[in-house]
Amino acid sequence: MLKVEDIHVYYGAIYAIKGISLEVSQGEIVTLIGANGAGKTTILNTICGLIKAKSGQIRFEGKEITGVATQELVKRGLTQVPEGRRIFANMPIYENLELGAFLNKNKKEVAAEIEKVYDRFPRLKERKNQLAGSLSGGEQQMLAMGRALMSKPRLLLLDEPSMGLSPILVKDIFSIIKELNQQGTTILLVEQNAKMALSIAHRGYVVETGRIVLAGDAENLLNSSEVKKAYLGG
Amino acid sequence: MEEFIQQLINGISLGSIYALIALGYTMVYGIVKLINFAHGDIYMVGAYLGFFAIAILGWPFLPSLLMAMAVCAVLGVVIEKLAYKPLRNAPRIAALITAIGVSLFLEYSMMLLVKPEVRSFPQVLSDVQYNLFGSLVISSRQVIILVVTIALMLLLQYIVHKTMIGKAMRAVSHDKQAAQLMGISVDNTISFTFAIGSSLAAAAGVLVGIYYNAINPLMGIMPGLKAFVAAVLGGIGIIPGAMAGGFLLGIVEAMVSGYGKSLYRDPVAFIILIIILIVKPAGLFGKNVREKV
Ligand SMILES: Nc1ncnc2c1ncn2[C@@H]1O[C@H](COP(=O)(O)OP(=O)(O)O)[C@@H](O)[C@H]1O
Ligand SMILES: [Mg+2]
Repeated sequence: MLKVEDIHVYYGAIYAIKGISLEVSQGEIVTLIGANGAGKTTILNTICGLIKAKSGQIRFEGKEITGVATQELVKRGLTQVPEGRRIFANMPIYENLELGAFLNKNKKEVAAEIEKVYDRFPRLKERKNQLAGSLSGGEQQMLAMGRALMSKPRLLLLDEPSMGLSPILVKDIFSIIKELNQQGTTILLVEQNAKMALSIAHRGYVVETGRIVLAGDAENLLNSSEVKKAYLGG
Repeated sequence: MEEFIQQLINGISLGSIYALIALGYTMVYGIVKLINFAHGDIYMVGAYLGFFAIAILGWPFLPSLLMAMAVCAVLGVVIEKLAYKPLRNAPRIAALITAIGVSLFLEYSMMLLVKPEVRSFPQVLSDVQYNLFGSLVISSRQVIILVVTIALMLLLQYIVHKTMIGKAMRAVSHDKQAAQLMGISVDNTISFTFAIGSSLAAAAGVLVGIYYNAINPLMGIMPGLKAFVAAVLGGIGIIPGAMAGGFLLGIVEAMVSGYGKSLYRDPVAFIILIIILIVKPAGLFGKNVREKV
């Protein structure tokens, strides 16, 4: 479904991604794990068209998408829940959700889609007229995910959804990710919480300073000594 | 007391003009963080377009106003695309200097085109003076300025808060990347913002032509600066702030002139700016929470 081939990404003079290739097949949860600063966010942003790669190729559902504008990719079914949620804090919850369906001009469909998000995240419904900035961290993450779902993505990129959340909320969020996947959304999940991510993923890649250093089935990675030592605390 | 209310009426008319121009400053700043110094000149172009339609083509007021607004909307978009967009990721000072360049370009091309002399606006609207409660006077032109201004402000509030493109504007001004992930085109949204801001400035230009009867190619400089003051006064990037700042500045100026101190009018305007910025650096409506566009 998604095929990234040998991308190189720079921030000015900083060489952030030094030739990365990865693949996500339809129906999978694939996770990218790695320490802070390894380049995970940069990879997701490059896939989404928010950053341009210097070289390399990205294909989505068989079509080359390198250099395609982000909003066009959203239309084609690829979107991202960005790191740090990035909700529109000064707007009410339902407007955040409406914006998620910006490309859908059919008001009825949008309203129905908002109801679906409310069913999935009842907390959002209770607070639908509240400003998004007043939500707790966990609720903001739910809003960010709900907002992304409004565009009915086939491939959803998630950047550190567990960041800053309590262990109970982390469990909730991960079970929702799993549920989304079972309902047909393919997922590329970036996490620093390697254990949780590998426990729901099918496959994983380990990123270190702009390169992939390890790849394989989630289960194998979870049991590999390198991953254990570096990311799972021994 | 009567003198006070009389100056209040005059001040609100003048403030309407400042407020309409200030809205464009504030909206553009909210979305691209650029002080568009050419904005006052769009107002000047609007005044000339109104003059052209009314004096030369003989159009009535409303069609002339709408035409000036539409043409300036396009002009604003073209300026953004040609002059500012290529500099969107450049240091801010580059865009600022470009804005000054665009401003000079508009002023002096207009001079070439229409000659530097002052033109007098034809009396398209009969100027009836209404007496209120005996000695207070309000002119029909003042009423029209106020009605048009309020109608445009209501329309703007509707667009910004109730339509998807308005919501997109707020989203882009809050977080461009997040907005893109919603499927919003940042370029189109910025163009739309310039279009709206420029059309409001054009409306102000036509209204001022009708009110003061005289226009010239450099007429945008001072009101442009004052409207900028008004926008900062209200809190740059905040729409209700620009409206309030515009009215406030207009009223203060009318009071200062009305009590026989017209020479102090401009210094007072800028002293107010300085004082407010010292006391409340984020402007009257500025908060810690970012609420922009
Ligand atoms: N906007 C930016 N400008 C310059 N350097 C950046 C920028 N964003 C990230 N980097 C650098 O790129 C590298 C990868 O960062 P990032 O992709 O955010 O890593 P991760 O998401 O794995 O924490 C880091 O060294 C970081 O300092
Ligand atoms: Mg990151």
